Amino acid sequence: MTGNISQAILEQDLASMPQLKGSVLEGRGLKSRIYTGITWLLAILAAFPLFSVLYMLIAKGGARINWETLTELPPSAFEVGGGIGPAIVGTGVMVGIGAAISIPIGILAAIYLAEIDPHTKLAHTARFLAKVLTGFPSILAGVFVYAALVVAMKSYSAWAGGIALAVLMLPTVILTAEEALKQVPQKMKDAAYGMGCTRAQVISKVTLPTGIPGVMTGVLLAVAGAAGESAPLLFTALFSTYFINGWEGLSEPTSSLSILIYNFSGMPYDNQIELAWTASLVLVLIILVFNILARVLGRQKF
Amino acid sequence: MNAIAEAETSQAAAWSVDPKDTVMDCRLQKIFYGDFLAVRNSIVPIEKNKITGFIGPSGCGKSTVLRSLNRMNDLIPIFRFEGSVTYHGQDIYDKSIDPVLVRRYIGMVFQQPNPFSMSIYDNVAFGLRLNRYKGNMDERVEKALRSAALWTEVKDKLKNSGLSLSGGQQQRLCIARAVATEPDVLLMDEPCSALDPIATRQVEELMLELKENYSVALVTHNMQQATRVADTTAFFSVDISQGGRTGYLVEMGETRQVFEDPQAQLTKEYVSGEFS
Repeated sequence: MTGNISQAILEQDLASMPQLKGSVLEGRGLKSRIYTGITWLLAILAAFPLFSVLYMLIAKGGARINWETLTELPPSAFEVGGGIGPAIVGTGVMVGIGAAISIPIGILAAIYLAEIDPHTKLAHTARFLAKVLTGFPSILAGVFVYAALVVAMKSYSAWAGGIALAVLMLPTVILTAEEALKQVPQKMKDAAYGMGCTRAQVISKVTLPTGIPGVMTGVLLAVAGAAGESAPLLFTALFSTYFINGWEGLSEPTSSLSILIYNFSGMPYDNQIELAWTASLVLVLIILVFNILARVLGRQKF
Repeated sequence: MNAIAEAETSQAAAWSVDPKDTVMDCRLQKIFYGDFLAVRNSIVPIEKNKITGFIGPSGCGKSTVLRSLNRMNDLIPIFRFEGSVTYHGQDIYDKSIDPVLVRRYIGMVFQQPNPFSMSIYDNVAFGLRLNRYKGNMDERVEKALRSAALWTEVKDKLKNSGLSLSGGQQQRLCIARAVATEPDVLLMDEPCSALDPIATRQVEELMLELKENYSVALVTHNMQQATRVADTTAFFSVDISQGGRTGYLVEMGETRQVFEDPQAQLTKEYVSGEFS
């Protein structure tokens, strides 16, 4: 008897229960599924160009990746073999010069903008100009250094190339380093002041060490960007088929990967065209390595 | 009119202690932020080896007064202090005084735990290195962590980040960092407001131990905390009679007296919970 009663109560409960079961084809659920599907598709589409470029570079340039290619001088017209050694060294040296100039200036400027006087007219102007400079056409950096330096030195040189790259790296370094330093919590700086730090000590002992992973990210992204630049080098470093020869060599025309790609890809010889593909792959790998480094070093250590 | 009368009574009721038991004697006339008068007419002696609690409703200037004691407020460009704070016979607001050096002798613990993003060891050693301490660093770090009742919890992970600790542990790490340089006075600005009840309990017990070696000034918005730990209590209130919001000291005395037998009507209303 009692069983029947509870059964009846249960049925009554079921009838008054709110409808919570969803259906796949019901309006809202269906819409949600369609939108999710579209975002998936677009995400894949966005990654498609990168993967097709990588695939093509590996397919066409991968075969020539070997020690000879990475170290030898480039071949002349009908020669077989040869390599892209001087271009790799040239790109490395010029990016190095650019980094050596832009990193200290950029970080000091960022310290000023983030810590010393963030709200002065000078700071607002400098920040605005740095933002304008990020969108600066890279070829103009080349033209500028050509007029300022190449004409005066009467020669294309690695110095001029490095300085042109520094002009392009500087705004990225300034703005990302400023952002990274601003992320350091005020309460940490207060603690340092409370311990009896001067402003210089707060910056050097607390703000900079705490913000350095973020600063590194900016620096490495700037380096990666500079390594791939070609237009500014066209007017400043030009090209060379030889390795940089000592300190004096820095004042002479210098080879770079991007210009080598440009020169060789237009030549009617299979050997050169193959090397252009290989150089492209090497360049992409270098940029990739810096991007990965930026991610790894950008992680907070503590 | 009423406000001025009130101020005069507060002056008359000023808590007086023997100068030789006073480690800091704060006699402030006016504190301004720009044109805004934030605190006026308050005489607040900080006694040696005691905990002086600052209580009062929000906006009454208790934190401002505390932060005036180690010149932390000087970091705010529009801050202006009139009056004197005597510390070992010197007025720390004298023109010849370097605020940076003041802060090395008067330690501070903040409302939010704020360890540096460094290892636990480096956090505690920070002030010692700043003062170019040449002795046995390990020993001093251990001593500071022991006196902050944190040593047993962290002794096996001194290389770990200070930020990896729990909130209560972080606050005790900040206390260890502040006491590592053995300052005379420890200023604590609502040190438990971001902590859970268990961590609060630990920090309160720690304060009671610390007063054997240090003089503590404690701002708290929690009256029960003041009754639990403070020897002397200063009650501040805010005067809105003249359109401003100016804080001032209403009454100061032994904690028992302030809570059980308050002299001023305002104190009576505040400690009985009529306003907060």
